[in-house]
Amino acid sequence: MLEVTKETFEAEVLGAEGYVFVDFYGDGCVPCAALMPFVHEMADKYGDKLKFTSLNTTKARRLAIGQKVLGLPVMAIYKNGEKVEEVVKEDATKENIENMIKKYI
Amino acid sequence: MDKIDKKIYDVVIIGAGPAGLAAGSYAGRARLDTLIIEKEKDGGQIVITAEIENYPGSIEHETGPSLVERMANQAKHFGAEKVYDTIVDVELEGDVKRLVGKNGEYLAKTVIIATGASPKPIGCKGEKELIGKGVSYCATCDGAFFEDFEIFVVGGGDSAVEEAMYLTKFGRKVTIIHRRDELRAAKSIQEKAFANPKMAFMWDTVVEELKGDGVLESMVVKNVKTGELKEIVADEEDGTFGVFVFIGFDPQSALFEGKVEMERGYILTDDDMKTNIPGVFAAGDIRKKSLRQVVTAAADGAIAAVQAGHYIENM
Repeated sequence: MLEVTKETFEAEVLGAEGYVFVDFYGDGCVPCAALMPFVHEMADKYGDKLKFTSLNTTKARRLAIGQKVLGLPVMAIYKNGEKVEEVVKEDATKENIENMIKKYI
Repeated sequence: MDKIDKKIYDVVIIGAGPAGLAAGSYAGRARLDTLIIEKEKDGGQIVITAEIENYPGSIEHETGPSLVERMANQAKHFGAEKVYDTIVDVELEGDVKRLVGKNGEYLAKTVIIATGASPKPIGCKGEKELIGKGVSYCATCDGAFFEDFEIFVVGGGDSAVEEAMYLTKFGRKVTIIHRRDELRAAKSIQEKAFANPKMAFMWDTVVEELKGDGVLESMVVKNVKTGELKEIVADEEDGTFGVFVFIGFDPQSALFEGKVEMERGYILTDDDMKTNIPGVFAAGDIRKKSLRQVVTAAADGAIAAVQAGHYIENM
């Protein structure tokens, strides 16, 4: 799973070929930390079919806001520089995350 | 899988918040075969709070996560097992209770329901769509997004005022919107709030509507005394503002509807945490009670565990 930053987000996510999964998390966001191991599991399981990335929004606030992320956690799918789907906060359950991933592999 | 082959726990606890973890410690320490089932994260509601100062014995600068970590370690130390799964169905009658999870099935002689509560939304138009886009119920998760922006906090109790003060670390101004003309929060907290230069107050006010295209851009508030409506629009440069809601909690009891006695979603118990079903107990915020705090949840958990032990002895 690739950790992206505000410097690399454009190239690795927006400019990437195909679909990209982005885990938006932040320092001190406990629900985000609780989901992280599961996201890594998903990356192990589906990583050959979907590019998995994560972004620490605490260090990339303006970028997150620009992506219409003002609350955590957010799990999103990008294609051709656009966010095509996302699950936010309470909707970011393990089931919903995996179901979303399966749509794009 | 054959019921006969499956392990039957002495106690299965649903929920790893303070109630569930305390129950786990007490049950484990009594050498009962104990399993705690948690659907998402240990600690429940308090892990999203930055500071806990009123839990008896809490250390200086205690955070929700730091307190929960010690509780979880303690339960583990006393031998309580823990699994992460979401329970979708329960059969609570009879000598062996059956809990159906997404990842497995669990059998137990006794069940302690400690599923707690989740933040109550305002329930106004536009709120659902803007969750995570300006609307939040978690200051520690989302406060940072609103650094130097305006922040509004809905509510008037301890949580609302404390979280509002936490948010003054980020927002350039934090306004509490409360439907009454005085706060319900403890006096000491109120004093700090009134003395904070970044805090402002909108009294007798409720949020009627939240609006925005993809992010929160404006909201309509109503004065409950005069009926007057007012639209608050985000600063042009900011483009958005934060609305954090702390107006109470809804019990997470849908799973048990029709299976245990409840009142308005809260499970009814006696002083010993017993529900109307033998061998089934409830602990923590899920119960009908007058005070919902970490300390009362932990107390409930301890009582439920001990009572579960007595029940098993007398089986």
